[in-house]
Parts: sequence; C-alpha cells; structure tokens
Amino acid sequence: MSEFLTLPPQKIKTEEMVLNMGPQHPSTHGVLRLELVLEGEVIVDVKPHVGYLHRCFEKHCEALTYQQIVPYVDRMDYLAAMGNEMGWAIACERLMGIEVPQRVEYIRVIMAELQRIASHLVAVGTYGLDIGAFTPFLYCFRDREKILNLFEITCGARLLYNYMWPGGLSHDIPPEFSRLTKEFLSEFKPVVKELNNLLSYNKIFIERTANVGVLPVEAAINYGMTGPNLRASGLKWDLRRDDPYSVYDKFDFDIPVGQGWHGKVGDCWDRYYVRLLEIEQSIRIIEQAIDQIPEGDVASAIPKRYKPPVGHIYARIENPRGELGYFIVSNGSQQPARVKVRPPSFISLGVMGELCKGHLVADVVAVLGSIDIVLGEVDR
Amino acid sequence: MIFDSIFEFTDNLFISLTVNAALPLVFIIPFALFAVWWERKVSAHMQDRLGPMRVGKHGWLQTVADILKLIQKEDIVPKVADRTLFNIAPVLTFMGSYAVFAAIPFAGAYIGSDIDLGLLYIVAVSGLVVVGILMAGWASNNKYSLLGAMRSTAQIISYEIPTVVVILTMVIVGGSFNLRELSETQSANMFNWFIFGGSYPIMTKIALIPLMIIAFIIIYISSLAEVNRTPFDIPEAESELVGGYHTEYSGMKFAMFFLSEYANMFAVSVLVASLFLGGYHSPFGYLGDLVGSPLLKGFEQFFWFTFKGLLLVTVQMWLRWTLPRLRVDQLMALCWKYLIPISILNFVIVALLMVL
Amino acid sequence: MTFEEIKNYIAEHYPSLSDLDFDKSASDKALEVTADKLIDLMSVLYADSALKMDNLILISAVDDFNGEKIIIEDGSTVMKGGTLSVYYHLESLSLRHKFNVVVRVPRESPDVPSVTFIWGGANFNEREGYDMIGINFVNHPNLTRILMPYDWEAGYPLRKDYKNPEFYQGMKVPY
Repeated sequence: MSEFLTLPPQKIKTEEMVLNMGPQHPSTHGVLRLELVLEGEVIVDVKPHVGYLHRCFEKHCEALTYQQIVPYVDRMDYLAAMGNEMGWAIACERLMGIEVPQRVEYIRVIMAELQRIASHLVAVGTYGLDIGAFTPFLYCFRDREKILNLFEITCGARLLYNYMWPGGLSHDIPPEFSRLTKEFLSEFKPVVKELNNLLSYNKIFIERTANVGVLPVEAAINYGMTGPNLRASGLKWDLRRDDPYSVYDKFDFDIPVGQGWHGKVGDCWDRYYVRLLEIEQSIRIIEQAIDQIPEGDVASAIPKRYKPPVGHIYARIENPRGELGYFIVSNGSQQPARVKVRPPSFISLGVMGELCKGHLVADVVAVLGSIDIVLGEVDR
Repeated sequence: MIFDSIFEFTDNLFISLTVNAALPLVFIIPFALFAVWWERKVSAHMQDRLGPMRVGKHGWLQTVADILKLIQKEDIVPKVADRTLFNIAPVLTFMGSYAVFAAIPFAGAYIGSDIDLGLLYIVAVSGLVVVGILMAGWASNNKYSLLGAMRSTAQIISYEIPTVVVILTMVIVGGSFNLRELSETQSANMFNWFIFGGSYPIMTKIALIPLMIIAFIIIYISSLAEVNRTPFDIPEAESELVGGYHTEYSGMKFAMFFLSEYANMFAVSVLVASLFLGGYHSPFGYLGDLVGSPLLKGFEQFFWFTFKGLLLVTVQMWLRWTLPRLRVDQLMALCWKYLIPISILNFVIVALLMVL
Repeated sequence: MTFEEIKNYIAEHYPSLSDLDFDKSASDKALEVTADKLIDLMSVLYADSALKMDNLILISAVDDFNGEKIIIEDGSTVMKGGTLSVYYHLESLSLRHKFNVVVRVPRESPDVPSVTFIWGGANFNEREGYDMIGINFVNHPNLTRILMPYDWEAGYPLRKDYKNPEFYQGMKVPY
C-alpha cells in the first residue's frame, strides 16, 4: 500500500473499461450496440455495432416486383415511411419514365411534409428524453398522434402506409382532409413555441447540449452527413431546393442552418434546434400546398405492368433524417436486379466515434440523440 | 410526549421503545405509497395524461397493487454478484433514510428521540444511504451500477457540504442543534418562521430575510441532489445508465430502494420545513388552543407537518417533470463553484449579524 | 458541369485518365474505370478545383452475374467468371454537379482500393459492400462484416449465387 502511494501519479496503472451500451438500452433508439472504451467516465473510443435488425431488405427486393417493394420500404425508416415511399416512387418513375399527375405530386408533398413534422417531433421529444426531460416527449407524441390520425383517414394506416405507389397513390385524399389539416396546423403552431419555452431555452438543456459533439462543416461533408445534421453544421444544403424533385420548386420556404446560437456551429443544440425550425418551414409548405391541390385522378398513371428499361438509376429525396437515395439496377425484368439504399442514418452513424471522443458517457447519449438515427433504416 | 404516555401505559421500557420507534414507520410506508401515486398523478396531469386510473378510484390503490406484485416477484441475484453485500445494500439504504426520522419532530408531542445534537445526527445518518448505494453498485458487478454508484457517492458527498453549512447557519440563527427546539422558536405565527427572520427584533429580521432566502434555496437545491432527484438524478439516469445502482435489483429489494427514495424525499423536505418553515407549526393559530384541547392541537400540528412536507415533495416532483438532467461535471461545478462559496459567505454574514 | 463536360475535362487535363469509357448500358451515366486507376481518378475528382467532388453520396456494390453459370449436383447455380461492379456516386456541394464512377473487377479476385482516406463517409459504405457482395476493399482501416454477424462464414448474401447455410451457431437458418 505504501509502495503504491509513493508512486508518481503517471506510473499508477489504470485500466480502460469497455462498456457495451446496448443492444438493449433505453437511449440507443433501437437495437444498436455502442462499444464504449472508457477512462473513468471519459470516452476514449466509440465503436458502433449494427445489424441487429437486419431484415435482408435488399435481398428481398431482388425477388419482388417494383410495386411489391413499396410496403418493404415503409419498414426502413419507420418514423418517416411516407418519405421512404416517395423516394421509391420517384426512383421508379424516373427509371421507367412515368409522368405523374400534378394532384399526385401535391398530395405527396403534403404527406411528406406532415411526415417530416411527425418525424421531427419524435426526434425532438426523444432527444429531450435522452437529456432527462420527460414531459416534452409526451407533448410531442400528443401532436404526432394528430398527424397519424390524418394519415389514418387518408389511407387507413398509421405507421406503415403503402400509400405512394410508383405512378400514383393508392387512395385519393378524403374530402374533409384539407379542413382537418388546416385545423391541425392552427392548433399545432403554438405548440412549437411551447416546446421552445419548455425545452429549447432551458438553461440546463443548453448546458448539456451546447458545445457538445461539435461537427465542423468540412468534417460533416467528408463523412457524408446530410439533412438536418449537415445544415446544423452551417451549410445551406437542402435537396428540396438544391436538387428539386416533385413540385418543391413551386413553394416558398427557408432553409434553416445552424448558427451556433449557444456555442460552436454544429453542436448538439444546433442539430436539435434546426429540426424545430424545419418543423415551422414544413408548416409553411403545407399551408401553401393545401390550397393549390389541382383536380385529377391519382391512379391514372399507375401502369398495369412495370416495364423498366435496362440500366441503373440513382434517385434521392430529402427525408427527415437526410438524403435518402435509391440506387436501382434494372435488367429489364419485372424485378430489379439490385436495389441499394442510401440510408441517411447509416451514414450518419459513421461519425459517432469522431464526435464522442473526449466527452463523457452522458454526452454519448446527447450526441447519439442529436444525430437522430432510426435503427430500422440503419440495418434494413 | 408520546413516549412518556406509552411508558406509563405499558410500564415496560423495551415495549415502549419499540412502539415509539415503530411509529414513524407506520407513517412513512403509507406516505411513500401515497407519494408514488401522487408523483404519477402529478406527472400525468403535467403531461396531458390521466395516469393510473384502474385500481381504486383514480387509481389510488395502484401503488399498493404494485408493491403486492413486487413482493410476489422472484428475487433474482445475479450469479456474479457479491451475494452478501447485494442483500445488505437495500436494507442499509432503507435503514439510513428511516433512521433520519428519529430526530425529526412530527408534532410538538412526538419526536422519536429528543437528542440535543439532532441535526448533526441527521447529517451523519443520512450518510448511511451513500454506503448502501455504493454497496449496491459494487455488489451488482455491473458496469452501469458501478458508474451509477460512483456518481452517486461523489454527488452526495459533495452536496453534503453546502447542506451542512446551511444547517450551521440555521444553528446560529436558532441557537440549537435540536430540531424540536428550533421548531418551538418558530411558533405563534408564520412571521416567526426562520425564512422570515425568526422571532428577532424588526431590524435584524429585515436584514436576515434575504440571507435566509438564499440559505433556503441552497439547502433545497442540495437536498434535491442528496436524494438523487432530477435535475440531479444522474446516479440513476435511465437514459445513460439504465437504472444506475439498482439496475440489477428486482422484487422486494427494488421496492426497498424505491420506498427509501420516497422516504428520503420526505425526510429532506420536512428537514427543510423544520429549519425554515416553522416545522410542525401552523402558519396562524390553532383551533385546539381555542377550544382548549391539546389532543386536537397535536393533530393540527401533525397535519401542518405533513402538509409542509408534502408541499415541498410536490415541488420536487414538479421540478423533476420539468427539468432535464445535468451532467456529472456540471453537477460538481454547480456545487463547488457556486453553492459552497455562496453558502459559506452567507454563513459568515449571518454569523456577523448575530454577533452584532 | 454536366456528366459529359466533366468527362471531357478529365480527359483533357489528365492524359493518364483519358482512355476511360462510359458504361453504356445505363440510364444514369457512369465513367468506367479499372481498379488500378481508381485512386488516381478519385483523387483528381476530389482535389481538382474545377471538379471538387467533396461529397461521396453512395458506394454500391453490385453483382453483375454475367459469367458462366454452372449447375452443381444439388441443382443450384454457381457463377464462374464474370465481374462484380462498384458504383460511386459523387457530388460537389459547392459547384453543384454530380458524377458517377463504376469499377468492374473479376469475380474471383474482387480487389478494389479503398477511398476511405479521401472520404470518411466511405468507411461504412465499403464495409457494407464487403459484407454483402464480398468486394475486398484494399487498405480499408477496418474491413469487417457490418450488417451480418461477425462470424458469418457462408459467403456474401447479395451475390446471386448465394446459398443460405443449413445451420448458424447450431441454430437452423431456413425456417
């Protein structure tokens, strides 16, 4: 003992502890295993281990027709299933050269933006939960429920819709949809302010998230971050504006970027707050779109048989979590020869190790929550 | 005093001591059950929910049912755990939080043990909780538990310093280490409470009020940290450490941790109430004094004691369901950089004021 | 710049890369490159001030299934010869143009140099390509399975001639 005490501090041998966070852990947002190498409570290294939810999506696609794949893409990012379907529909339409009616495009945009609000609400709510604030989570879910009700009256499903088919939609919107959506939006606008007061500007919350997990814009681009994560780092890049698809070029909306409101640009608070600002922009888009929906038949362009040419195509859309892309290789048959998805969460997860080094265990949760992954999409 | 009447009635020291010691338990366990239900209801109504509604009217029997369930559950001890320590830990934790009530006056007529160094005893005994938590974390042989226990120990030991300094401040103001005597000096009406400067001459009172409010806030914050409540619940931060030191516990042992958490909440609340808010005293007169019934007065005092305790417990719940959680380093920074210097400064100023 | 402009720009400024050809079978065009020239091309695409492909969108490995099909005893098909391809989708966020590159490697020795040292985001993508198709990304810092279990020994699931094993770790696989 006395021998131990006389040693100079740098000679005392300390051991690193390996902590397996997950696969069952309240704040890994699914079945993700993070192998944390700890020195006390300080992170030395983070290794994400994924694949627990692997459902062979890409292998399945090779045995299914283009239409049959739609319900499968729902199950990737299950919090933004409308976005997944929209991406798949757009990819197939571009591959086969299908022109869809304007009414379909408008309805798709409204659905995708409603889904973006719902998805961001979950992201914001669960982020509060990760930081330890329980109440905002339930407020978010209360309002998400109203959006799911809107989806339910449209297509009968609340989470996995099978709604946007290549070439059209499975159902037209019901006549009362516009009125109910407007009602929801007018109810929902004050909620964003309430959320800000309850969580965003809370001193403890800012302390926990500002200057934590700072991702500079060069690193963000280099690691292939997209969506809110990239915008929080300060780059004004949004596929809805920079590579417009569907009818997004007809709407007027801003692209919020991180400005380092409470710390450095690209910290967790920026990533969180950009999502809240995006909710407001989505409300603006829906408000513009809902009054302009043209008349038409939503199923008129759905082909009886899908006949894609031989070739390959990469189509992408802006999903709530970033750039969702589908790479389809077609050999001219009914089934695609190969489908490769670019899942935004999967790519974002690659930056975890970089962001967490030198922080504390509690910050891992903060960082992981702020890059907002969905494991269904990571593992596919 | 109740002890004396029991002794007269039974004429047996051992029985009367046992009965006297068990009296708080009769109160604490139903209170903890009630507090759990109350917390669920408070949180539910804050979150646009109803909370438990099925067992009893508005679910008031829910916690009783939960405890019955926990009693029936299999008592799992992990294979790699240290069995002895694992079993002792919840008992020790509950003992620590229960023993605190010995020196807290429930009413003018009842205090478990009327010792002169009651306040110091409370500070010392509540340290037992740390031992229990550390034991639980270590014996579970689980990394989350260990991290939680280490955090908890660091946190409770740090936050004991501002608590003790504030307690010393109040000892200077009140002139006693005995909580009953401290409570007695705050009698008559609410302006004699220490938070309003105690029963001092008017000039001293006015000078004391801001200092007392600072002291009250400090001890309230640090008492939150001592009982591991949000925003200081990092030892059991569920989003980081799953369950902290009680990750591996199930069944009745878990229930003991759970009950001791709520008992602790009540203990620190009534401690703060006794120091600042007149303890068991009514904010105005007593009905019992008017009709000349000491028994009624006793019950009134007990009511006010429970009421104040419950009020402060409710504030704790309110904070818990509103605020996020601090991080370990921020928690320590708050304690060592702000609370301790301010409390010591406060202590010195109060001491000077008292000397003058 | 459009795809053709970028292609011509490369051929003009970098003579060593001028003999590259289009992948003609595609609706999206891709520049076909051999594995040994990939790093040169990628470095040019990344570093040239007129190209600045700073964002690697996606790396997708594809089984072309264009070799000789051999039917073995139990009736299943095994591919011999042919190629595997790796598609790179690149984009410049500052100059706003896109570009696609494809590498074809023989099925028997699918060695492709890793581009992880240029784009950090390539790391997970390449691991997935290795896991699913079995492309051997040379010089990758940690080329292990990512979606499949680490000890999966039955081959690469997204190859067309992949066959599920009977058992994995004593558990029956086909159900």
